[in-house]
Amino acid sequence: MNTLTRPDLAINVDLARKILTGFIRSEITRTGFSRAVIGLSGGIDSALSCFLAAEAMGPENVLAVRMPYRTSSSDSLEDAQKVIEITGVQSLTVPITPMVDPLFEQFPDMDNMRKGNIMARMRMIVLYDQSSAFNGLVVGTGNKTEILLGYTTLFGDSANALNPIGDLYKTQVRQLSRAMGVPDSIINKAPSADLWSGQTDEGELGFTYAEVDQLLYLLIDERYTPQECIEAGFAEPFVRTVVERVRRNHFKRILPPIAKLSNRTIGYDFLYLRDWGT
Amino acid sequence: MKLSIALAQINTVLGNVQRNLEKHIATIHQAQASGAELLIFPELSLTGYVLQDLVPTVACRPHPDDPVFRPLLQASHKLDMVVGFVEEDSRNRFYISSAYLSRGEVLHVHHKVYLPTYGLFDESRFFAWGDAVEAFDTRFGRAGMLICEDFWHASPPYLLWLDGADLLLFSSASPGRGLNTSPMLESARWVNHILRAYASLYTSFVVHTNRVGYEDGLHFWGGSAVFDPNGELAGQGPFHEEALTQVEIDLNQLHRTRARLPLLRDERTALVQREMNRILSNQSRNTGR
Repeated sequence: MNTLTRPDLAINVDLARKILTGFIRSEITRTGFSRAVIGLSGGIDSALSCFLAAEAMGPENVLAVRMPYRTSSSDSLEDAQKVIEITGVQSLTVPITPMVDPLFEQFPDMDNMRKGNIMARMRMIVLYDQSSAFNGLVVGTGNKTEILLGYTTLFGDSANALNPIGDLYKTQVRQLSRAMGVPDSIINKAPSADLWSGQTDEGELGFTYAEVDQLLYLLIDERYTPQECIEAGFAEPFVRTVVERVRRNHFKRILPPIAKLSNRTIGYDFLYLRDWGT
Repeated sequence: MKLSIALAQINTVLGNVQRNLEKHIATIHQAQASGAELLIFPELSLTGYVLQDLVPTVACRPHPDDPVFRPLLQASHKLDMVVGFVEEDSRNRFYISSAYLSRGEVLHVHHKVYLPTYGLFDESRFFAWGDAVEAFDTRFGRAGMLICEDFWHASPPYLLWLDGADLLLFSSASPGRGLNTSPMLESARWVNHILRAYASLYTSFVVHTNRVGYEDGLHFWGGSAVFDPNGELAGQGPFHEEALTQVEIDLNQLHRTRARLPLLRDERTALVQREMNRILSNQSRNTGR
């Protein structure tokens, strides 16, 4: 690969930490809440969100919910437990097996993709129920890489009330996690949605995060054209695949379009921030 | 002559003028108690920044009979101040405005000329642009006001300088962006670079108040600052948190700096005018070549 264009995705972690904890505090408290709910998978993204939320709100005001399925790896549960112990947040374990298996059984030919989506959406249901029970807002755990690639389940893991890490590429999530004291076992293991045994993100995507983060940074942040990325040394099929993934998955990043009929339509000319009035 | 300036680096409630007015009054009392003579609030300090469809509902008029301006004008008997607000003119156009209040009167109102409508900004969709850049006389000397994007362009500070302003009073609601390895965001670094440059090039005081807080995912970085006619930082507020930062400046510094460095004396304004006329006389090019 051409080494001329190797973007540096490194960030100032102290500044990121300050801005992101302030964001969590502001966006939770101004809606009248004082607490946060986080689905803790044992992976790095939810670990980082949990560390940030604990620092922002105080650990006693954060509820980490572990929601294993029977095939979830035991490492995941243990890694999640480490995050709970280090941060001192409140915790709860709600296995989703008895909730999702009955649906799986109705469709014996269901593939892994469908099952994975059902699990992700069941976890969303549990989290939003805990949001009500714990009186806290659901803090998101999706990073910029997966949001851009659409490597999320719509209305599943993508559902949240606020997302502190959605403008950090996976590479940057790793850097900030290291700085905040997320355990090495979590930072160093292969990222996985852990929806079925042996699943890894990079295996499914067909490229590494380190690689795709560099490309996405040039395409999105630096506004390179795909052709310029190829000229910078990225393989053409890789560039085409990523560009198409970003386009094809845009529907996951926006609210569903509303058909316009009136003079004032939600989404088009009825424009307010969520923080309206606060 | 010494002048004590207070930079009111506040957070605001989006679209709630009454709550913001209360904070203004409290801040005015605080500034006055600590001896400030001139208090600068940020851009849109009475309304919040990303107003969108809230614009028509938060607009007011800078008159003594306006319920928002009445208490502010009363308070201006204690100290001079710059406040940021949405102004609705007599023909119902909305402006991002700054008003300079002193001794119960509105000395000057500036309408934001440059409305950023790119990237995360959408100001031209909701606001009319101002069409004047004018200095005005205060009890501390001649001053000029600009709002955020106004001073991202080189010409408005230049015009104020030629119009006699020695005090450049800038206010912003600048969303932070551009995180890299630096301890300062790119947006913050950029703004402070140009503030220092204006102070140096125009051998003038540059006073900047930027707000703090969050609106949805945007955050405002604060870091309000005063630069003296030598281009030196005379005082600075903290980044990312509310603060009332008091900075005492010595207006005699204008005399000392300009005695050493007569850039204003040597400015060839007739040449500028002649060349501007030539460059802009080609009607097909509104920005010259």
